[in-house]
Amino acid sequence: MASVTHSGARSGRFRISRRALPYVLSLPALLVCIGILIPFFTAVVYSFQRYRLSQPWARQFNWGENYLNFFTDPGFWNTLKISLLYAGVTVTLELLLGLGIALLLQRRSTVNNFISIMLLLPLMTAPALAALMWKLMTNPGFGILSYLASLVGLENFRWASSPDTALLTVVLVDIWVYTPFIMILLLAGLRSLPTQPFEAAALDGVPRSFVFFRITLPMLTPYILTATLFRLLDSIQQFDIIYAMTQGGPGDTLTVFQVEAYLNFFQSTNVGRSAALLIILWAITYTLSNVFIKNWLRLRERARGEA
Amino acid sequence: MYDKEKDLIGAFLRGEVDRRGLLKGLGAAGLTAGTAGTLFNMMSTQALAADFDWKAHSGKSLKLLLNKHPYADAMIANLQAFKDLTGIEVTYDVFPEDVYFDKVTAALSSGSSEYDAFMTGAYMTWTYGPAGWITDLNEWINDPSKTNPQYGWDDFLPGVKASCAWNGQPGGALGSEDAKQWCLPWGYEQNNLSYNQEMFEKVGASVPKNLDELVATAAKLTKDVGGGVYGIGVRGSRSWATIHPGFLSGYANFGQKDLNVSEDGKLSAAMNTAESKAFHAKWVQMIQESGPKDWSTYTWYQVGTDLGAGASAMIYDADILGYFMNGGDNKMAGKLAYAPFAANPEATAPTPNIWIWSLAMSNFAKDKDATWYFLQWASGLEHAIFGATKMDFVNPVRASVWKDEIFRERLNKSYPGYVEMHDVSAPGAKIHFTPQPLFFDLTTEWAATLQKMVAKEVPVDEGLDRLAESINRQLAEAGLG
Repeated sequence: MASVTHSGARSGRFRISRRALPYVLSLPALLVCIGILIPFFTAVVYSFQRYRLSQPWARQFNWGENYLNFFTDPGFWNTLKISLLYAGVTVTLELLLGLGIALLLQRRSTVNNFISIMLLLPLMTAPALAALMWKLMTNPGFGILSYLASLVGLENFRWASSPDTALLTVVLVDIWVYTPFIMILLLAGLRSLPTQPFEAAALDGVPRSFVFFRITLPMLTPYILTATLFRLLDSIQQFDIIYAMTQGGPGDTLTVFQVEAYLNFFQSTNVGRSAALLIILWAITYTLSNVFIKNWLRLRERARGEA
Repeated sequence: MYDKEKDLIGAFLRGEVDRRGLLKGLGAAGLTAGTAGTLFNMMSTQALAADFDWKAHSGKSLKLLLNKHPYADAMIANLQAFKDLTGIEVTYDVFPEDVYFDKVTAALSSGSSEYDAFMTGAYMTWTYGPAGWITDLNEWINDPSKTNPQYGWDDFLPGVKASCAWNGQPGGALGSEDAKQWCLPWGYEQNNLSYNQEMFEKVGASVPKNLDELVATAAKLTKDVGGGVYGIGVRGSRSWATIHPGFLSGYANFGQKDLNVSEDGKLSAAMNTAESKAFHAKWVQMIQESGPKDWSTYTWYQVGTDLGAGASAMIYDADILGYFMNGGDNKMAGKLAYAPFAANPEATAPTPNIWIWSLAMSNFAKDKDATWYFLQWASGLEHAIFGATKMDFVNPVRASVWKDEIFRERLNKSYPGYVEMHDVSAPGAKIHFTPQPLFFDLTTEWAATLQKMVAKEVPVDEGLDRLAESINRQLAEAGLG
C-alpha cells in the first residue's frame, strides 16, 4: 500500500515536472535576454530624458528632444561623418591587406605557418596599449616613425597632433592591430576551399587573374562578409585607440560616437545626451549588421543551389 | 628615559620653543633622527589627543578612494599615526589619474557606500555637490563637539579655502556666506614659470615678466638653445585640463573671464571680447612658434617630463610639476628655477588659477562622524607638517606651514625661487572660473577651439565668436543662460 502511494506521488511529480520542463530549459535563455534587454531599455529610457547628474532636480522626460537637438548640432553631423569615414577606411584597407597577406600565406608550409603566427602578435596587444606604443613611435622628438619620416623628406610630420594627419595616424594603428584578424579568418577560408575547381583551372591553363576573380573571390565571399561584418561593428564603435592617442582632437577631428558619448557621460555627466548618442550608434550598427547578414544568407543559399 | 627630550618636544608643541630650537636641542641630546622622529610623533599624538576625544569612534573602519599622487603617498606614510590616535581602521584603493575621476563618478553616481571619503578637485564638486553625492562639511567644522579645538580652520589660506565652497547657484561667488563647504583643501598648485637656468644662461635670456616677453623669450630659446629643445611647455590636449593652468592664469591677469553673470543670475560667454581675442592670439602664436610639435596631445605629464628631460626650456604650468622635475632621476634635476608670472604688464601681481587636491565626504558614507575624524586629521596641521617636512607634500594649504622655517629652508636649498614664487603669487591665487554645472562641457570645447586655432583651422576672432555662440546655446539649453 505504502509502495503504491509512493509510486503515485512520484508519478504526479513527474507530470508536473514534464509540463514545466520547457520553461525550465528555456529559463537560462530568458535570463540572458533579460540581462541584455534591461540595460538596453534603460539606455533607451535615459535617451528620452533631460538627465544630467549635476542637475538631478531638472530630470524629466523630454521625449525626442535629445534626438531632435542633434539635427541642428553641427558637432553631431561631424561625429556621424567621422565615425562612418573611420569605419569605412579602416575596414576597406584591412580587408585588402588581410586578403593580400592571406593569399601570400595560403600554401601550407612551416615558414608560412610561422609567419602567420607572428603576424597575429598585434592582435594580442590591447588596443589602448597599441595606441600608447604608437604615440611614442610617432613622437616628433624621439619617435622612430618620425625619424623614418624625416629620412624620406617629411620633416616635422605631426602625426596625431595635426588635424591633417590625425585620421591617417589612428587608421594606421587600427590597421596594425586588426589586419591580422581579417588575415587569419580569410586564411582559414582559403585553406578550406575545395581543391577541384583550382585543379581543373590549372589543367585548362586558365590565367591567374581569372582564377582569382571568378573562382577564389566568389567562393571566399562568405568569409569576407563575415570578417567585414565583425570589423565594421568593431570599427564604428572604436574608442580605445582614438581616445588614448587624441581624446577626439585636434579640434573635433576625431570625435567619433564612442568618444563623444564617453565624454558626455563621464566628464559632462550628461546621461541623456550620452544615451541618445549610443542608441543612434546602436541603430547604425543594427542596420549594417542586417544588411550584411542578409547578404551572407543569400550567398549561402546560392552556394547550396537554393536561390 | 628621554624625559628631557620629551619635555623639549612638549614645549615645542605648546609653542614655547620654535622648530629650530627643537632640532638643536634634540641634536645636542645626541638623539638619532629616527629616535627623534619616533619621540616627536608620539608626543604629537599625545598633544593632539589632549583636548579632544579622538577615541570616540574607536573600532570603526573607513575606506578611502585615492588618486596616485605624492600627496596620497604622504598620507599613507603617516596613516598609522591616525590609526593609533583614533583606533579607527582605514583601508584604501589607489587609482592612477587616467581613470581616477571615472572611478569616483561611477562610485558616487551609483550611490555606493563602499567609500567614505575620497580625493577630489574643487571643480569636480560643482558636479558632485548639486547632484547630492557629497556632504556639506560646515555642519562638522562648526560643531565644537566633533572638531578638535586645535584644528585651526582659520589657518587655511583664504583663497584656497573659499575655492572649495560654493552655494550651488550657477555663477554664485566661491566662498560666499551662504556657500557650502563641499571639500577640504589639502594640497594645491599655483601656475607660474619653471625654467631651465642652464639653458637661459646659455642663450643669455632673462626671465620673462609679461606675456609679450614670454612669447619673445620662448621664441629665442627655441631658436638658440639647439638640440631640438623648444621654448615653452603648456598643455594642449582636448580637455578642460588644458584651460585651467597657465592659460587661465594669464587670461585672468588681463581681467578676462570665462562667463558673464547678469544681475538676474543668467550666464553668458565672455571670451569673445577684444582683450580676450588679443590674449588668445598671443597664446596661439607662442605655441605655434615655440611650443612642442605635438602640443595638441600634451597633458601635464608630457609638459612635466619634457622639462625634466631637457626637451623644453620653460613651462608655464603647475608649480609642483617644476618642483618634481628638479629632483629624482630627472636629467635636469638641480638645474631648474622658478619665477612668479604676471602676464599683463599693467598688473601689479600674478593671479594664478589654482588646482586644489581636496578631500570630500561621500554622502553615502557609512559613518559620517568617523569619516569627519579622518578628514580633520588628514587636513590638520600635524599631518601637513609631516608631509611638508618629511615627504613631498610641497604646496600645503595652511599658512602656518608656509611660515615654518624648516620647510622654507628645505625648499630654498634645493628649489631656488620656489618659496618666493609662492609668496608673491599666493595673494592672487584662487579659482578664476565661474562655478556652474557645465564647467567640463564648456572648457573642453574651449580647449578644442584652441587646438583649431593653433592648427590654423580657424582664425582666432572667428573661433572665439563661434565658441561664444556655442556656449550661449548650451547655457540656454541647460536653463542657465
